[in-house]
Amino acid sequence: MTELARPGEPAADTGLRMELGAAQAAARDAFAAYVAEHVAPHAGAWDRAAATPQDAIERLAGTGWLGAVIPAAHGGAGMDWVTFGLLNEELGRGCSSLRSLLTVHSMASHAVLRFGSRAQKERWLPRFAAGEAIGAFALSEPNVGSDASAVETVATQEGDGWVLNGRKKWTTYGQIADVHLLFARTAEGKPIAFLVERGSPGLTVEPLRGITGTRASMLAELRMDGCRVPADTRLGGAGFGLGIAVATLEVGRYSVACGTTGIIRACLDASLGYAAERVQYGVPIGEHQLVQRMLAGMTAGYRAAHWLCMRAGWLRDQGDPAAPHETFVAKYLASTTATRAALDAVQIHGANGCSEDHPVERYLRDSRVMEIIEGSTQIQEITIARGELAAR
Amino acid sequence: MSEEQIRGQVREFVSRFVKGQQLQDGDDIFATGYVNSMFAMQLVQFVETTFGIAVESDDLEIDNFRSIGAITALVRRKNAAPV
Repeated sequence: MTELARPGEPAADTGLRMELGAAQAAARDAFAAYVAEHVAPHAGAWDRAAATPQDAIERLAGTGWLGAVIPAAHGGAGMDWVTFGLLNEELGRGCSSLRSLLTVHSMASHAVLRFGSRAQKERWLPRFAAGEAIGAFALSEPNVGSDASAVETVATQEGDGWVLNGRKKWTTYGQIADVHLLFARTAEGKPIAFLVERGSPGLTVEPLRGITGTRASMLAELRMDGCRVPADTRLGGAGFGLGIAVATLEVGRYSVACGTTGIIRACLDASLGYAAERVQYGVPIGEHQLVQRMLAGMTAGYRAAHWLCMRAGWLRDQGDPAAPHETFVAKYLASTTATRAALDAVQIHGANGCSEDHPVERYLRDSRVMEIIEGSTQIQEITIARGELAAR
Repeated sequence: MSEEQIRGQVREFVSRFVKGQQLQDGDDIFATGYVNSMFAMQLVQFVETTFGIAVESDDLEIDNFRSIGAITALVRRKNAAPV
């Protein structure tokens, strides 16, 4: 047993560290400052316009952070996963749509880095890193959501290339993506992945509007009507498409978990500020105990989600095989907590919380999306429970 | 590591998933009905971590992972390849 430290003496070193390294803390401060100046003040307008302005994307690209998961050898920022998580949390605190851009772009980047040929890496990674090309992730279809193995888009080999037929839906930033990491199946039913460039013959991109949350994320529906792509756009061989999708979704799930933690933080910050200023019954509403209960729940929820995300990132940095499972746990807690936090934030704001003049109504709409994307809450529950049962 | 050692470790891993069948070296793992296409990626991760090789894009062909013999040959080939 470790001997307890006497008052005034440092505790024994038990090896447990629950703090960021100096470089990670400095990076977080830089992310926070950027978001405070260039993202958060504009997120409401972007949401109302249902679009992310090109100059906002170019400014973000100028930071180099769109190349977060790309090693320096390919021109990227080469962040560790904890730092990448911090970037997502801070961006998510300001704007869940812009954070979604980082998510899908990083997923496409990771897929090319991990599974791409040398030519594909040379073609895409430097451009992804610089933000000169935007990558998107096209898996969901009108009839395909959680069951990714059931994609209906068909890829047929013809001559020295492939022909794609089918539809993709809910493709985040699909309206502006330069290349789509797109999943299909062969005529024999083998899952297969492609890098489909914008402008490919037979590819039509149609904007999706009227979305509940992340309204500025420029969702698109993709139609492939005899869409012809060269053989060298194939990512990995036939039969590996589903595995590539799952491996790529792990990156997306971590990004979403951290970004969702940012929503909780934003709810807490807005609620603390409002509770200190809004006066009812002669005192700031923060003096009322039932409001304090909501603030306490948000605080504890943020701490828990933040550290689960940080732990998941740290495990990924260590190459620990437990990282995917712990990422499921982090995403599950973060997304369900964000819903509660956003509901409470709106409640604390009262009628003002139902107005677009206050960002909490956006946080509420965005939080709903987080319980659906990168694995619905129910899929998380099944996966987590099965994982825990299997580990016994 | 000898070819037989590689083959033994591959067989041990695959047998965890394909239960109740004595697979021959050339038997099609994916035709057993016990595994799905996700298993292909599990095989990739297994050979990378167990044998310290990097499976690259050109290696991501299902024929390289279709049987115990094919996986063993892939590992041998990657081990022999100049770095």
